[in-house]
Amino acid sequence: MADVNRGNRPLSPHLQVYRLPLAAITSIMTRITGHALVAGIVLIVWWLVAAVTSPGAFAWADWVLRSWLGFLVLTGSMWALWYHLLAGIRHLFYDAGYGMTIEASHKSSQALIAGSVGLAVLTLIVFFAF
Amino acid sequence: MRYITPRKAAEGLGSAHEGTQHHWAMTVTAVALLILTPLFMITVARAIGLPQELLVVYFGRPFPALITALFIIVGMLHFIKGTRIMIDDYLQGGARKAAIIASVIFGWAVIAFAIYALARMGLGAIVVI
Repeated sequence: MADVNRGNRPLSPHLQVYRLPLAAITSIMTRITGHALVAGIVLIVWWLVAAVTSPGAFAWADWVLRSWLGFLVLTGSMWALWYHLLAGIRHLFYDAGYGMTIEASHKSSQALIAGSVGLAVLTLIVFFAF
Repeated sequence: MRYITPRKAAEGLGSAHEGTQHHWAMTVTAVALLILTPLFMITVARAIGLPQELLVVYFGRPFPALITALFIIVGMLHFIKGTRIMIDDYLQGGARKAAIIASVIFGWAVIAFAIYALARMGLGAIVVI
């Protein structure tokens, strides 16, 4: 390997005793929301397949989708989708070299939380109003 | 002391020798999903609550069918590559291989189920006419 300094590098934080900064929380939330979206997509695809299978299969899938559990999964997925989308936009800016200072990532983290909650509430209002 | 400069380790594709294509594929699918996500939300929101006969007709129409197909295909490809990053981060050895295989099979299975349902709905309309 190259003759580089290997003794003076920053160490990764010890997660059990280290209070994560906001930027770290919003970063790991991107991964969590992305993977949690599996629940929503499986529910919707099951619903679509049930609709072409039989009236009995559809009745069951449609009942689950419109139950309180389905509402929870779909509403959660809707927020997760907005969150992941906004976090993805932030990643595109990071890739282009913008917003990588501590202050900027703190601000974008706040915008991410406020923006995703705002869009989720707006989506629910539009859904129930129309 | 070896006479190798730090540039040797950093230039080209780096020490991992791969990953550029993976990152680029994530970027392309991410930008596509920026457009598809709001359209898919509208499509699904308009369909929730429809009885079975109307749901089949609704997803047989071009716009809901194309948006749903594109969102699920591009979304699951993004999912397969996204889980790959997580698996590489947290798992090693046999567990890593098993998780990658499971993730790829699951992703394509979801795509196949969705396309099957949409095809049945779209083609069903033509048969009825």
